[in-house]
Amino acid sequence: MPMTMTQKILAAHAGLESVEAGQLVLVNLDRVLGNDITSPVAIREFEKLGCDGVFDKDKVTMVMDHFAPNKDIKAAVQCKMCRDFCNEKEITHFYDVGRMGIEHALLPEKGLVVSGDAVIGADSHTCTYGALGAFSTGVGSTDMACAMATGKAWFKVPSAIKFVLKGKLNEYVSGKDVILHIIGKIGVDGALYKSMEFTGDGLGSLSIYDRLTMANMAIEAGAKNGIFEVDEQTIEYVKAHSDREPVVYKADEDAVYDEVIEIDLSQIKSTVAFPHLPENTHTTDEIGEIKIDQVVIGSCTNGHYKDLEQAASIIRGKKVAKNVRAIIIPATQDIYLKAVENGLVKDFIEAGCIVSTPTCGPCLGGYMGILAKGERAVATTNRNFVGRMGDTESEVYLASPAVAAASAIAGRIADPKEVMA
Amino acid sequence: MKFTGTVLKYGDNVDTDVIIPARYLNTIDKKELASHCMEDIDADFSKKVKVGDIMVAGFNFGCGSSREHAPIAIKESGISVVIAKSFARIFYRNSINIGLAIVECPEAAEAIENGDEVEADLDKGIILDKTTGKSFKTEPFPEFIQNIISNGGLVESVKKGIIK
Repeated sequence: MPMTMTQKILAAHAGLESVEAGQLVLVNLDRVLGNDITSPVAIREFEKLGCDGVFDKDKVTMVMDHFAPNKDIKAAVQCKMCRDFCNEKEITHFYDVGRMGIEHALLPEKGLVVSGDAVIGADSHTCTYGALGAFSTGVGSTDMACAMATGKAWFKVPSAIKFVLKGKLNEYVSGKDVILHIIGKIGVDGALYKSMEFTGDGLGSLSIYDRLTMANMAIEAGAKNGIFEVDEQTIEYVKAHSDREPVVYKADEDAVYDEVIEIDLSQIKSTVAFPHLPENTHTTDEIGEIKIDQVVIGSCTNGHYKDLEQAASIIRGKKVAKNVRAIIIPATQDIYLKAVENGLVKDFIEAGCIVSTPTCGPCLGGYMGILAKGERAVATTNRNFVGRMGDTESEVYLASPAVAAASAIAGRIADPKEVMA
Repeated sequence: MKFTGTVLKYGDNVDTDVIIPARYLNTIDKKELASHCMEDIDADFSKKVKVGDIMVAGFNFGCGSSREHAPIAIKESGISVVIAKSFARIFYRNSINIGLAIVECPEAAEAIENGDEVEADLDKGIILDKTTGKSFKTEPFPEFIQNIISNGGLVESVKKGIIK
């Protein structure tokens, strides 16, 4: 029975020769992840199971990133609950303020996921690690609790949509534009319950960071997971960050797909998702004058060093527009430090941006840049539903770091080429 | 499992941010979460919902964040079952895992109106709109999933040894 890349990983982790779409399987996990808002519910449920400890102290991971550094007393109580649990259960990978970063940027950096892994996380953007050729998907807190106890999770095997990439990206166009283009094309439920599998001659032209961004937003098309074929770049990245050996799974030549979609990377333009759905996309050449109040450059989607570097190259030597609050959030401490060492932080501050410690903060309407009624933000985040970043009558436009940076300078949504002329 | 109640109806793409906004995610208290259920899409929901009411919605219900607080808030508010044209996948599995009854039936979700009296029999696979007299067929869940729901959720199922 020919299998997709995702199906092969699921079969291997379920101890089965093969699986087919629709089949229910029980999968052994390589990592179980939670954050400071999803872990408290998981801990409460875990305690009902009456286990002494977690299934594997090295495989359970908790990252304090959403409302940390503690947003308020309630957030502090939640972080303390996670901290106490991890201390008691001797969890190796507990990331608290000082070591933490935004979870989906932190785990690849720390080598906690390698190609061929099966990972669940109590956070919808856990699909990010598919960029490294792992099966990785978001689940709820109860799944996390039961997985902490048993090391397993139940799944319905997904069918897949194959995306065949060709060509290469133009200047200022990045993985964010590609995935926004795709979500605009297939819709927020266009990949519902399915795997989005990426392959093709154009794959090699995408950096690991482009792939992390794209896999991160697979959930915004309703996908079960997003996954990239493994190539030399993947192996190089994994070996540079982890001691564990990557395991490479490749889809069978005759695997069956629900759809095959060709993406010519050279035809992708800078793309913006308008309120209030990630599928509401427009390219920058068809946008009128839309004045903005805030820019956020960061998040698990686009808080990598490459993203900050791209933003800095556009902002450097210029000034953030009057009436725009530009908030830069490096996704991890290592990224932040590198940005300091290479002068990016200086460039940002001199231009009139602020630079924050790693946190999810404003992305989900937590803190560090909430919007009032009537305000508009351009953000390199991943969701723009009603009220996502603040008041239900505020607006979020999703974009790449290059577009966000250009918009901060222009004071309106702008194409990078406009401010780099 | 059989449910009878009054319908509260919503549209497509009802995401988990409007079901339970992030500003309330600093609590795990079920009653507190229920008091803010649907707040950013229907500010009166928590006041008007009655125990046993049935939620009906369009496509992609529960899309967005994986927050389990969303189905928890819905269940704790008294909603007995959610009937939708389709469910986002994390919300779908979270509902099964916590024992919130859900059923996917595009025809029923399209035809049923806000305020209708509806009876949903998930074992027989029939939804009856008592107000209009129309009935609709639904598919039963696979046995593994039926067991999880009838055990009262995933935690209860794990305690009974369904996952070892």
